[in-house]
Amino acid sequence: MPIVVPLLLAVALFCIGVYGVLARRNAITLLMSFELMLNAVNINLVAFDAWHVDGLATGQTLAVFVITIAAAEIGLGLAIVLLLFRGHGHVDADAARDLLEQDPVEKGVEQ
Amino acid sequence: MTTALFSIAGAVALLAAVMVVTSRRIVHAALWLVVALGAVAGCFGALHAEFVALVQILVYVGAIVVLVLFALMLTKAPTNPLPALTTRRSPFAAVVALVLALVLGSGVVLAFGNEKLKPVPDGSAEAVGTAVFRTWVLPFEVLSVLLLAALIGAIVLSQRSGKKGDD
Repeated sequence: MPIVVPLLLAVALFCIGVYGVLARRNAITLLMSFELMLNAVNINLVAFDAWHVDGLATGQTLAVFVITIAAAEIGLGLAIVLLLFRGHGHVDADAARDLLEQDPVEKGVEQ
Repeated sequence: MTTALFSIAGAVALLAAVMVVTSRRIVHAALWLVVALGAVAGCFGALHAEFVALVQILVYVGAIVVLVLFALMLTKAPTNPLPALTTRRSPFAAVVALVLALVLGSGVVLAFGNEKLKPVPDGSAEAVGTAVFRTWVLPFEVLSVLLLAALIGAIVLSQRSGKKGDD
């Protein structure tokens, strides 16, 4: 198999993830797009490991490490999203300006 | 044979990834993410990385997607179609993604256009296990500390902030 097949798949997945990050509004869909981009990186790592067999399984080991870091990232990301939801009542990434409190203008209207 | 398997899994992954970023129902996007991640696991299998494929299914499909679905539930995400899920600037985002794909794709083809993968007859799980606990044991331990830090960070973030202000 030519190595460009997995590499081009990784490029396509990464760019779909870039589109998702730029075009989506809900913060949870942004996190899903991040996962697509990290998967593209993993495909690259595994493909280069199969191409450049170095006896240390470098690519596959790093891919497993990236999956671990993705798990940590999505845990923290969803904690931040839930914090946003508790403070604002929505998870719209375009309208969110701060994490903890509501905007001063909105606050002034309510109180 | 490997190329055919990889191509099928890759096509499924691409299709599902497009559905993840374009679906108007947010729960459907999360479920398409399962398909995309599973197909990427199939790609790993076709590249003779069966350990990475199993970790991908266990951690991504088993844990991360369930976490995302829980977050959707906790943020009261509606299940009906939402046209506002995609912003008005999505054509510009598509242009950016296409240009990036052209640049990266042409670079990849120019650099690796003639290279071929050597056929690997047997699996590689034993080699990966040996490498993780021999060569990569220090990064492995650092990762466990990172996971602990992420755990503590998530707990601190999800504490009630209003009560802390009163203390």
